[in-house]
Amino acid sequence: MSATRLSMIGSRAVLFEVDCPFDLTHQERIWALTHAASTWDGVLESVPGMTNLTLLLDHVPQDLDRIERDLCDLWNTGKRHEVDGKLLEIDLTYGGSGGPHLAEVAQMTDMTIDQVIKLHSASDYTVYAVGSHAGYCYLGGLDPRLETPRRKVPLPRLPGGSLSVAGLQTGVSASAGPSGWNTIGSAEVSFFDPNKPQPALLQPGDRIRFLPKEVIA
Amino acid sequence: MIEVVSLPPLATIQDLGRDGYWKQGLGRAGAMNRMAHSLANLMLGNDATAATLEIPLSPASFKFTKRCAFALVGGACDAHLDDRILPRAFAGVAEAGQTLNLGPITNGAQVYLALAGGINVPQILGSFSTQLRENFGGFEGRVLAANDQLEPCASDMPVLPKLGLSLALPSPKRLGDTDIVLRAVPSSEHDSFSATAQAAFWSEAYTVTAQSNRQGYRLEGTELDRQTTGELRSHGIVPGIVQVPGGGQPIVQLADSATMGGYPKIAAVIEQDLWRIGQARPSDRLRFEKVTLAEAAQAAKDEDLLMDQYRKDLAAMTQQMMGWN
Repeated sequence: MSATRLSMIGSRAVLFEVDCPFDLTHQERIWALTHAASTWDGVLESVPGMTNLTLLLDHVPQDLDRIERDLCDLWNTGKRHEVDGKLLEIDLTYGGSGGPHLAEVAQMTDMTIDQVIKLHSASDYTVYAVGSHAGYCYLGGLDPRLETPRRKVPLPRLPGGSLSVAGLQTGVSASAGPSGWNTIGSAEVSFFDPNKPQPALLQPGDRIRFLPKEVIA
Repeated sequence: MIEVVSLPPLATIQDLGRDGYWKQGLGRAGAMNRMAHSLANLMLGNDATAATLEIPLSPASFKFTKRCAFALVGGACDAHLDDRILPRAFAGVAEAGQTLNLGPITNGAQVYLALAGGINVPQILGSFSTQLRENFGGFEGRVLAANDQLEPCASDMPVLPKLGLSLALPSPKRLGDTDIVLRAVPSSEHDSFSATAQAAFWSEAYTVTAQSNRQGYRLEGTELDRQTTGELRSHGIVPGIVQVPGGGQPIVQLADSATMGGYPKIAAVIEQDLWRIGQARPSDRLRFEKVTLAEAAQAAKDEDLLMDQYRKDLAAMTQQMMGWN
């Protein structure tokens, strides 16, 4: 049984975290929890994070023990929500001005640039959660050999479509903003369209395949 | 109709925010000072949810191109309609050709301009608010600039006294206190901070730095150190969350907060006090006061009662006016 924890992150927002391995099987249990909790009275939104879950509530909760117990009971059933998501193929330009840290990542991981690109584009990634900024996908499935530390000095403004890695995570930014990750490539893809009924292009459970189109080393 | 003559760089159309898209990664946006935004609307008989123009800090100037009812609520900024000095919460009618001038704000951090029925912009995903990062909502998804024209949604004039209407604004500070006090509940990593850090956080003042905007305010004060280290997995965050990155100086996330983050969280400011932070400006001092969930719930009730009282008082005033006519 994994340790769980409930805490306040706003006067009407609680965070439920599970101390469990960071993999798809456990994330599928988080999705099951997300779906169940979204139907509860008093829950406005139920949002998955990385092996955790945020509930936005309509009132300031008065009985946290009760919420924690309900979530724990559900978690302990081990129920998984498996998603047969869609697969999005993204053409990528590795390196160049859109991927300024490619050489550094190769150096940090003790690989050649070619090896980094091969490894990064070898397998499909699963969308574990959508958040940070509109349409941004937190992806699981990065090869541990590509693990790098976050940058000490973040870039103040990175364009949308930037492919970055940090820790065991990788992702493509959906709009321009600051970033503390290592940026190794760029793509032209629109992850969020406010004019669509479902504005975010991808949902948890969808998958991404990176297709190296060009390498500028 | 009103034309922008000059504006500070980050003036945007806002309402009470865009809810319901958190799981698609879209933050709430909305007015930094919901209290001033709502009162500006109520003074014109609008719903609190109508769109207003949020004007942060610096001076601004507008020209009325048609006779138009407007309300101006927020920081003290030496506002003038032509030669007439306006109070900090004012609703009245401007004639075509008149100029509305706002000087530098000397107290508070933004001013809200409302028009009858709300400022006319399209509603997107259930809100009029501008999403600055995603470039949609509000006025063409962007900040306002010189020569932009703002139109009211309503063509009828609201019922207002001839010389305009003013009301007393609640103060962001408590009587006799030099700091803005923010009520907050302990958050996820609170107990992993050192005892000295916890004591400092709940008693000492933290100063608002110049690196403060609609996304969040970076604060400066006693460094907050943690007894544990290690990276957290990315998780949900909401406006009001107080994060403490490695350097030990807290950041309060505000209206344009991201929906997920990864820094340790020491506390969460209750929603009813977010407008108080919205009134703070660089070099102002903030203090955090620990409250229980019961006290947080009471604060929500108190705020509802206060807004109801404003609504009743304004309705009574309108009733009297109608009686005289």
